[in-house]
Amino acid sequence: MEQALSVEILVQTLLSGVLIGLVYALVAVGLTLIFGVMDIVNFAHGEFLMLGMYASFWGWALFRLDPVVTLPLTAVLLFAFGAAVYRLVIRRIIAAPMLSQIFTTFGLMILLRGAAQYLWKPDFRSVESTIVSGRVTLLGLPFGLPQVVAAAGAVLTTAGVWWFMRSTRTGAALEATAADKEAAALMGIDAQRMFAIAWGIGAACAGVAGALLATYFPVFPEVGANFILIAFVLVALGGFGSVIGALWAGILVGVVEVLGGFLVGPAYKLVLVLALYLVVVWLRPHGLMGRA
Amino acid sequence: MTLLEVRELTKRFGGLVATDGVSFSLGAGEILGLIGPNGAGKTTLFNCVAGAFAPTRGEIRLEGEAIGGLPPERVAALGVARTFQIVRIFRSLTVVENVMVGAMLREKGIAAAERIALDTLAFTGLERSAGDPASLLTVAEQKRLEVARALATRPRLLLLDEVMAGLTPSEVGEAVDLVRRIRARGIACIVVEHVMEGIMPLADRILVLDRGRKIAEGTPAAVAADPAVIEAYLGDGGRAPGP
Amino acid sequence: MSRLPSRRRLLAIAAAAVVASLLPLVVKAPAAQNTAILMLMTAQLGVAWNLLGGYAGQVSLGHAAFFGCGAYVSTFLLLRLGLSPWLGMAAGAVAAAALSMVIGWPCFRLRGHYFAMATIAVGEIVQAVVANWDALGGAVGLYLPVAEAGWRGLVWNTTKLPYYYVALGLLVLTLLVSAAVVRSHVGYYLRAIKDEPDAARSLGVSLTRYKLVAIALSSALTAAGGTLYAQKELYIDPGSVLPTALSIKVALVAILGGVSTLSGPIVGAVVLTAIEEGSRRAFGGTGRGTDLVIYGLLIIAVAVFRPAGILGILERRRHLAARGEEPRPAPAAGGQGT
Repeated sequence: MEQALSVEILVQTLLSGVLIGLVYALVAVGLTLIFGVMDIVNFAHGEFLMLGMYASFWGWALFRLDPVVTLPLTAVLLFAFGAAVYRLVIRRIIAAPMLSQIFTTFGLMILLRGAAQYLWKPDFRSVESTIVSGRVTLLGLPFGLPQVVAAAGAVLTTAGVWWFMRSTRTGAALEATAADKEAAALMGIDAQRMFAIAWGIGAACAGVAGALLATYFPVFPEVGANFILIAFVLVALGGFGSVIGALWAGILVGVVEVLGGFLVGPAYKLVLVLALYLVVVWLRPHGLMGRA
Repeated sequence: MTLLEVRELTKRFGGLVATDGVSFSLGAGEILGLIGPNGAGKTTLFNCVAGAFAPTRGEIRLEGEAIGGLPPERVAALGVARTFQIVRIFRSLTVVENVMVGAMLREKGIAAAERIALDTLAFTGLERSAGDPASLLTVAEQKRLEVARALATRPRLLLLDEVMAGLTPSEVGEAVDLVRRIRARGIACIVVEHVMEGIMPLADRILVLDRGRKIAEGTPAAVAADPAVIEAYLGDGGRAPGP
Repeated sequence: MSRLPSRRRLLAIAAAAVVASLLPLVVKAPAAQNTAILMLMTAQLGVAWNLLGGYAGQVSLGHAAFFGCGAYVSTFLLLRLGLSPWLGMAAGAVAAAALSMVIGWPCFRLRGHYFAMATIAVGEIVQAVVANWDALGGAVGLYLPVAEAGWRGLVWNTTKLPYYYVALGLLVLTLLVSAAVVRSHVGYYLRAIKDEPDAARSLGVSLTRYKLVAIALSSALTAAGGTLYAQKELYIDPGSVLPTALSIKVALVAILGGVSTLSGPIVGAVVLTAIEEGSRRAFGGTGRGTDLVIYGLLIIAVAVFRPAGILGILERRRHLAARGEEPRPAPAAGGQGT
């Protein structure tokens, strides 16, 4: 742990933090989208990521398809799954008190983890030797290629979601529903459809993040737990409902996590991130950029 | 004897000036009506006095003591009680329990608080519903419950926020009667209202706000005839206040 | 609609306690007795949680931090100073109360999701810190010695039966404290804060002060349960006394049984423990994930269909029957959010 803190190592650490932070940001974008449109915090969001990882894994294990290749399929699958989850479960608790909503998505989290454990066993799996395996050099420093590709994919997907929200009719309808559900309904926007789409996109974001991560991260039923907490921190830091906020927060938290882990010790990585959350939320109860 | 003195009260939200340099005073046992077109800043002024907002500038003094900027719980302890525009009764409590929460400001013992609560319920005509869940009351009854709850804190000043909104004419009459009986107990009232049939016959004085500023102050008759007031209301597209 | 525990209800609890104390005479198999102890301990944690989560409406998903605090403080004092676990239990309770107020004071400013997340964050931080704290055994944990079995040392090794009575006593104590609070002005204020915090403030109620009272009592009682756990299992580590899963379970037990009632968490604990033990035996161990699936479905079902919990259902039926009405689907229980 007591490595010589040269500039090179510092830069490498910082950039590693940015790389993972961008992937975190994609996960958080999905979460914040769902909250922004319908005021529900999805505790099962990490499980969407987990399912994305498993989809990629089985595509590779059974059909020898590279995760990068199956990524669009994973996105579609998770979109459908998210919309289905909305129609089957979430629809019933739209108007319920927050406690019920928290517990519904929490129950979903436990259900999905248990199902994954039952179907695919608790063992750790890995996708080995993909198209993007190997190393790459940035600024004269070595980085894992999967990490770089994952970050790039995350940025592209985030940009895609952002573009979708800004430039398509459906995106505008989603924003309208997020801003004022009743007014949107008066304008003929079907709130139920918007909610289902929001869940679909949210799940797809997490699923894509999972597919990207599958190229270098181990796959197991509880993998969602690693990411959900961080995703929450990002959404709270960036402000519930803000896509750009999630991006900034992702980079910040990624850097804090990796840098802090390097300076203080790997076991404390999560503690530092959570402490950061607590500090920010105490000082600015609505996050760095959020709406009230 | 001046109970409440408000001087140059200003409240700004970012760039928006909701209340702009409003000054007035209120004596013990007076009923002051606060009216004005939508967006005039009535509720903001109201909330500043109640402690829900901290004024940006200006002073609020209750019997000489500065209360501007104090949090709501401190203001309540000093003798200012309020109701809410959208009724906020405690839904999981019974009617009498709601009022007991108010009474407990002065009397922490359960039995004593219950006695005060039942008395107050009788005063406001709700004694028959004492044991019922508060959520089962009609809207008009819930508004009266809020008044009872506020009265149980033994206030010197009672702030009523659109207590008569949505009431039938006979209910409005009952509300007017209640406020008069409250005044008879020596409690001063500031009444924010849109229902002119209720506030005009009730208030000793009326304060008219428009766009955050005081544009008229005087007896109901004087205010109703004031051209500036008529202008403000007609400009708003609404009905001008009449007696 | 939250019921105030009446004298009759308290007598009913006393009667139930007497019956419960006779249970071991009927149920003699050690495994069954152990399940009963588990039910009592879980119920006690649920009732303690409910003081803060159900009555005050502050949903804590990090209560394991207080459970672990009790377990670690009493164990540490036992190992280092030879302090009696009974005194250790008191020390753990005081420590947890202090910890809870330090955490609560800034956190209570937060509302809704932010508060829930903050409690999860605190729970995770405590777990991570303890896991790296060598004096507390770090990730390996601490073993408790069994010098002399008996009531003095709060430890037995040949039979688990005395633990049953300690657990029962602790549950009764927790119920009595909760009842005392709920029937006092503190209880009225907490229920008011839960329903309409701004209205409560307008009536002179200091939100922070009363929330702190609630969390201090809730955490102290939870910590006592932690000490009992340590003395029973004779081994504690971050994974057993501090995990978020435990925090969730404690909250779930209260919600399942009914948060607005004193004995709701007890019902929830009995049901949940029965399901857990049942699925463990039916599906052979927790490694398969089937008990998680059932758990998850149960949580969803309760949250979606019966937010008032099991006792809430019974309450509604009774209330409506008294008015001669047919039960309609229960409305989303009002005032149960933060």
